[in-house]
Parts: sequence; C-alpha cells; structure tokens
Amino acid sequence: MSALARYVQVPAYAVALALLAVAFGWHVSVGAKTIPLGTVVEAFLAYDTSTFDHVVIRDLRVPRAAIAVMVGAALSVAGALMQGVTRNPLADPGLLGLLAGASFAVVILHGFFGIGGAGAIPVFAALGALVGAVTVWGIAISAPGGATPLTLVLAGAAVTAFLGALISMAHLIDEDSFETLRVWLTGTLAGRRTETALWALPWTLAGLAVALGAARQITALAMGDEAATGLGVDVRKLQVAILFAVVALTASAVAVAGPLAFVGLVIPHVVRFFVGHDYRAVVPWSALAGAIYMLVADIAARLVLAPVEISTGLVTAILGAPVFVWLVRARL
Amino acid sequence: MAEACRDGIQAGSMEAFREGSAERLVLRGVSVGYGGPPVVEGLDLRINDGALTAIVGPNGCGKSTLLKAMARVLPVTRGEVLLEGRPVHRRPTREVAQRMALLPQGPVAPEGLRVRELVAQGRFPHQTLLRQWSREDARAVDAAMDAADVAEFADRPVASLSGGQRQRCWIAMVLAQDTPILLLDEPTTFLDLRIQVEVMGLLTRVAHEEGRTLVVVLHELNVAAAFADRMVMMRDGAIRAEGPPSEVFTERNLSDVFSLDARVLTDPESGRPVCVPQVPGVARLRAAAE
Repeated sequence: MSALARYVQVPAYAVALALLAVAFGWHVSVGAKTIPLGTVVEAFLAYDTSTFDHVVIRDLRVPRAAIAVMVGAALSVAGALMQGVTRNPLADPGLLGLLAGASFAVVILHGFFGIGGAGAIPVFAALGALVGAVTVWGIAISAPGGATPLTLVLAGAAVTAFLGALISMAHLIDEDSFETLRVWLTGTLAGRRTETALWALPWTLAGLAVALGAARQITALAMGDEAATGLGVDVRKLQVAILFAVVALTASAVAVAGPLAFVGLVIPHVVRFFVGHDYRAVVPWSALAGAIYMLVADIAARLVLAPVEISTGLVTAILGAPVFVWLVRARL
Repeated sequence: MAEACRDGIQAGSMEAFREGSAERLVLRGVSVGYGGPPVVEGLDLRINDGALTAIVGPNGCGKSTLLKAMARVLPVTRGEVLLEGRPVHRRPTREVAQRMALLPQGPVAPEGLRVRELVAQGRFPHQTLLRQWSREDARAVDAAMDAADVAEFADRPVASLSGGQRQRCWIAMVLAQDTPILLLDEPTTFLDLRIQVEVMGLLTRVAHEEGRTLVVVLHELNVAAAFADRMVMMRDGAIRAEGPPSEVFTERNLSDVFSLDARVLTDPESGRPVCVPQVPGVARLRAAAE
C-alpha cells in the first residue's frame, strides 16, 4: 500500500484536493434551503449583493464550511501526532482528556465568570487542554503498570466524566448564560462563529506548521527515545514542540466548534491504512482527510433529520464509537 | 580556572585526533549514574578504530549504562566522552549522529512500518527540511540492505519478520546511517545461536572491510570471544580487563569478573578461546558413572 502511495503521491494529493473542493461545494449548497451548485459558483465569480442566495452563501455557508475544514484538519493532525509520539493507538484529544479540559476552561472562565472576549477563548481552551492532558497523564503514570494505552484511556474517561459533572453543576447554577453554550458543548459548526474562528485560526496554522515541520522526526521518535537520539533527534525539544502543536490544534478546534469526539482517533488510523507509517505522509494526509470528513459529517448533521439539524458532534460520535470499539478489540 | 583547564585538554585532544595519534572514541574519567551513586565511575577507555570491541560483564555491571553514556543517551556526571577529539555531550546531536550510530537494546518498530522505510530512517541525520531525499540516501539504503541481507524483505512490514530477520533490519538501519562509529547494545540477545553467529559475522565484516569502529555490548561470552578484536571486561562499574580475547579471556579473569568457574580451551581451527563452565560435583558424577 505504501509502495503504491510512493508512486502515485502527487496525483493522489491532487485527487484529494479535488475531493475536498467537491465536499466544500456540496457543503455550501446544503442547508435550510438547498442552493444549486451553479449559484454557489456564481456567488464567487459574479457576486451580487441583491441576490439573497449569494449573501447567504458568502456570509453564512462559506464561513461554516471553512470552519469545518479548519476544525477537521486540526483535530485529525492532533490525533495523529499523539498516536505517533506516544506509540498509543488509542491516543486522541477526546479520549485523553484534552477536549474535556478545553471545554471546561472555556465554560467556566468565559461562560460562567464572563472573562474575556472572542480572542480569549482559544487561550482558555489551550490552558484547559494542557491541564487536562497533564492530569490524565499524571493519573495514568501513577497507576500500577504506568501509562499504558489502557490506563491512559481510563484516566481520560475519569477526568472527562469529572469535568462534565462540574460543567453540569455550573449549568444548574446559571441557566441563562448556558443556553448558548449548551449546543456548543455537544460539538457544533452552527451559528455565527466567524469572529471566534478568526481568533482561533492563527493557533491552527501554528499547530499545523509545527506538525509539518516535525513530521520527519516523529517516525524516528516512534522507535523509542534511545533510537531517536541515536538518529540525531533532540528528543526533549521535539516532545515540547509536539505538545505545543497538539494543545494549539485541540484548543483552536474546541474554541470554534466545541468538543467533537473521535475525529482525532478515526482519521489517522484510516490515513495510515492507506499511506503507511511515515509521518511525512501521515500529517498532511490526516489534515486533508480530516477536513473532508468534517465537511461530510456536517452535511450529514443537516440532512439526516432535515429540516431539523442535529449537532455535528453527535454525528462524529456515532461514526467514531464503533471504530473505537474495533480498535480496542484489534489492538489492545 | 577549571574551565580554562578543560578547554586546554580539549584543544590538546583535538590536535591529537587530527594528527591521527588518537582514536575516534576516547573515554576519559567517565562517571555515569541515574541520580544515586554512580553506576560507572572514573572510567578510562580508548576504542580501537576499524575493530570490533566487545563489552562484557555480569548483569548490572554497568556495560549498557556505559554504552548509553557513549551514545549521549545518558549524561555523564563526570569526565567526558570524546568523539573525534570533541566531547560528545556538548556537540549538536544531529552532528554526532552523522559520525556515530546507535542500536539500542530491544528497539520497537512502529506498527506497519516496512523494512525499506525503517532502513531509510538511518538517513535522518543526513537530511534537512529542504534536502529531504537524495540519490546518496537511496544508495546508502540499498547498500545497507544488501550488507545486512534484508533486501528480499524490503517491502514487508518489519513486524511480520522473525527475530533474527528483524535484528538484521535494525542493523541495516544503523549501517545506512553511514557513520564511522557504531554502538550496539546487546544485538544478539534472544536470538538462536546460529543467528547470533550470523549477526556477529556481519558486524565483524563491517569493522574489518569498511574500517568502521564498532562497540558492542554482548551477553554471550563465547560469541564475544569468537568474534571480538578486543574485549572489555567490566564489573561493578569499572574495567577489570581489556585486550584481545587471546590475552584477557582467561580462566583467572572469568573467575575474577564473572565469579565463574570455567575452563578455557582453544579452538584449534580459529585459535580463539572458548570457555566451558565447570559443573559443580562433576568429578563425583564421573566417578558414579564409572
């Protein structure tokens, strides 16, 4: 499979980008009112402010599709980095407590205490993700047998449940300010989130840049610290860089769309199945595949029970949970 | 003062190395530990170039710790490891990796990684973000796979191979790194005797035919005696004996270093020493049999 990937890599990237464009166009045309693809293309080539559909496309639908691309790429790459560096097939921002930590920090600091504007949300999310990750790792490492995939997932489940309970408590105390956060907490791309997204975008781009730059060294690190050192990898520096990338990517995704479960788990596994284990391929392909996956999941969220729209996070959870079960059976 | 003194020594060793009077790898007063009392203390050693040096010793003697310090995986608490005249712990790690390769004990291949991909990892220190893969890299990988005799598995996942085949793939990876110095930590442990012989044969060829300097931590005494050009015998973090096997692989040293009661014979074919452990009460057994 990877030999195949080597020969067809450039055309394959072109095909993937074309698929991304198609998914993007489809995503934009779907909604409360289906807009034909022709009108979508027209809105870009011959924008007319007096045409209602054009305004809807430019102001509502395109931002939402762009956010789907950003969030899907961010979560998938974060998951790929975590799986590669920790040699843990079950590593994922959701399973290891990063999503819960980030959501908790945003809910409490921004929602409950009302601190900061849109620009502060990614910062809170990053702090929460970092604290969540460190807490889960700290619990797992002190368990008998240390930080194995199993103890990490258990610690992640405990921390997620605990933080979820605290969020519910805050909700009971202050119902009004939580009405807006309630939907966000299930993971959603709906609503006007352009401002938050613009604040989160630099975080995504920084995380992706670090991930792409470090990709070459991740395969070496996956062979163990000693072997990586022997190959000339500065292990400590690399681990810090990867941790930064994972936190930045997770935080930007949570800030915009809330905790979307299982995206970071599913996509890297699918990608590795096709392109092999060299992270120079795994990182960019995870970004592409994650973006396409999120567009399709968000289309499904709006079509399955139309005209009622369900949360995108419910779709990713429904699709991701069986993959998680399969991974536990096959790999643990 | 101390700083100036150390720099003086360094400058001296650099010169000695350039003039060709010093070895590529020299240990000077090296102490290594894990925070507690040092595991290796004040150790001096010069590694012969173009030869295979085997480090042997009982479990817990510090032989793997010493190798890790040489490979800069562990820091030294005192002294220095000089790689071509310059202290290895203070050189950029990538620059060191262009001169010295390490095969750690029991390495794990990432799941699904193919043999060629694994061997290609050896080219890592020679690549940069801008220069990712060159003809030179492809040549080194092919040569390493041929030398280690793994070319026929090139497109198979490493995990699907047998223990001996897998170990040869790892050796191919460090060969592809194309360094004058190779450090290997117990590369033959858990392998069948025939595979051990195969692996050691490969390593001695690399040392003798390509003039590379190999330091190998070994568990099997007879395998070490049969293949090593020099043996370093360690006990309690210090060197007890060092030299060619014909000189140091003696009954007295085996007893002193390993507390092993053994007879040392000489293989009439190769002239290499072989040890035969003495079974307690063997005389009584023989008498009973008669």
